Amino acid sequence: MITVTLTVNGQEETHSIEARETLADFLRERCNLTGTHLGCEHGACGACTVTINGLPARSCLTLAVMCEDRAVQTVEGTRGDPEMDLIRKHFHEAHGLQCGYCTPGMLLAARDILRRHKAPGEATIRKELSGHLCRCTGYVGIVEAIRRAGAELSDKS
Amino acid sequence: MKPAPFDYVRPSHLGEATEILVKGQGSAIPISGGQSLMPMLSLRVASAETLVDISRLFELKTVEETSTGISYGAATTHAAIEDGKLPDPSRGLMHKVASGISYRAVRNFGTMGGSLALADPAADWPACLMALGALVTIVGPDGNRTVTVPELIEGPYTTILAPGEVITSIEVPRLPAEARWGYSKFARKSGAFANSLSVAVIGGGNKARVVIAGSSTSSSLLTDTASLLDRTPDATEDDLKTAIRDDLTKVDPNGDDYQHRSHAAIVLRAVQQARLP
Repeated sequence: MITVTLTVNGQEETHSIEARETLADFLRERCNLTGTHLGCEHGACGACTVTINGLPARSCLTLAVMCEDRAVQTVEGTRGDPEMDLIRKHFHEAHGLQCGYCTPGMLLAARDILRRHKAPGEATIRKELSGHLCRCTGYVGIVEAIRRAGAELSDKS
Repeated sequence: MKPAPFDYVRPSHLGEATEILVKGQGSAIPISGGQSLMPMLSLRVASAETLVDISRLFELKTVEETSTGISYGAATTHAAIEDGKLPDPSRGLMHKVASGISYRAVRNFGTMGGSLALADPAADWPACLMALGALVTIVGPDGNRTVTVPELIEGPYTTILAPGEVITSIEVPRLPAEARWGYSKFARKSGAFANSLSVAVIGGGNKARVVIAGSSTSSSLLTDTASLLDRTPDATEDDLKTAIRDDLTKVDPNGDDYQHRSHAAIVLRAVQQARLP
C-alpha cells in the first residue's frame, strides 16, 4: 500500500491505496465522489473524464498514485463555475441528456471544447466530442447544447 | 477491468530509472502518459511487476531547435503538437497527425516517445516520423544511441529497446520550403486506431518517402512508389497504383485482398495530396 495525497475539487485527499488503483476508483471509492461514472474502463467511452491540472483526462486510464500533488476536478467540483452553469443550462434546455450516465464526461468535455474553440459549429463539436459515447440521445441535443453555450459565451466576451 | 497488482516507483532522474529498469529485466516497465499501457494492463494483455513512472523526468521534456531541425523530448504530448505551441519543422504535417490521434483527453497525456516504444502497428507517430526521417535517441545502461524509426521498430509491438533503455528524444529534420506532404487515414470510427494510414513526403530536394501503416501492418516504407515519384514526379495514377501494389505485396505479404485495397486507396490519397500544387 502507498499513501498518496492529491487535491480533489480544492480539498486535499490523503489515502492509503494499492498502486494499481485508478484515479476513477480513488474518486468514487475513497472520496465518495460518484459523479465520475465508469462506463468501459478502457478509455473508449469518456464517461469517467475529469480534469488533472486543468486538462481533461480519462480517470480510468490514470493511476491515482501518478496524480500525487496534482489538482483533480470532478463534475462535483464545477458547481458555481459560471462557465459550467451556462453549459448546464443549455444541456437542460436543449435536452442534452436522458439517463445522465455520460453527462459528467460530456459536461467536462463541453467546457474544454469551448475553451479551445470560440463559438464552434456543429462539425467541430462533433469531431471534438467523438471520444464520448451517449447511448440515449443520438447526440443531437448534446451538440446543440454545446453550440448554444458557445454562442452565448462568445456574445458575452 | 482492473490491472493485476504491481509495485510502483517514481525515480527522480533518468539514471535512477534506467537502473531500476535494468534490474527488473523486463518485469519492470516504464509508464509515462499510460494511455495505451493502462488499458493493456487493465485488460491484462500486458503485465508488470514494477511500474516505473517516468512521466515527471525533466530529461524527457526538453524541446530544442538544432541546426537541422527540432528535437522533442520523448514526453512531448500529442496535444502539445496539436496546439502548435512548439516549433514545427514539418510544415503542418505533425499538427495534422497529432490532432487525429484518439481523443483530446488521451492526447493531453499520451506521448510521442510512448507511441514509438509501444510500436502499435496502426499508431500515427511511427508512420509520420518515419516519413519525416526522424532520429530517435535512446539512453540505456551502456550509454546513448541514436537510430532511425525503421531501425527502432522491428515489427508489431516489437522494438530494439533492451530492458533499461528509454527513448529520450526525437529529432525531426526541417522540411525544405518546397517539400510537400500528404496524410490519409482510414479508421472505422474517429479516434480509433487506423485500418490504413499513409504519410507521403515529396519534393524539396530530398528523396520521396511514402509510408503505410495499419492494424495488421507495421509502419513500412514503400520504396517502389517513392522511387517512381523521384524519377517521375508527375507519374500517372495507373503507374502509381502498380508501384503501390508491388510495394504492398512486399511489405504486407499476408494481407488479404480487402486490406490491400484499403491500403492502396489510402496511399494513393496521401501521394495525390502531396502532389497538389
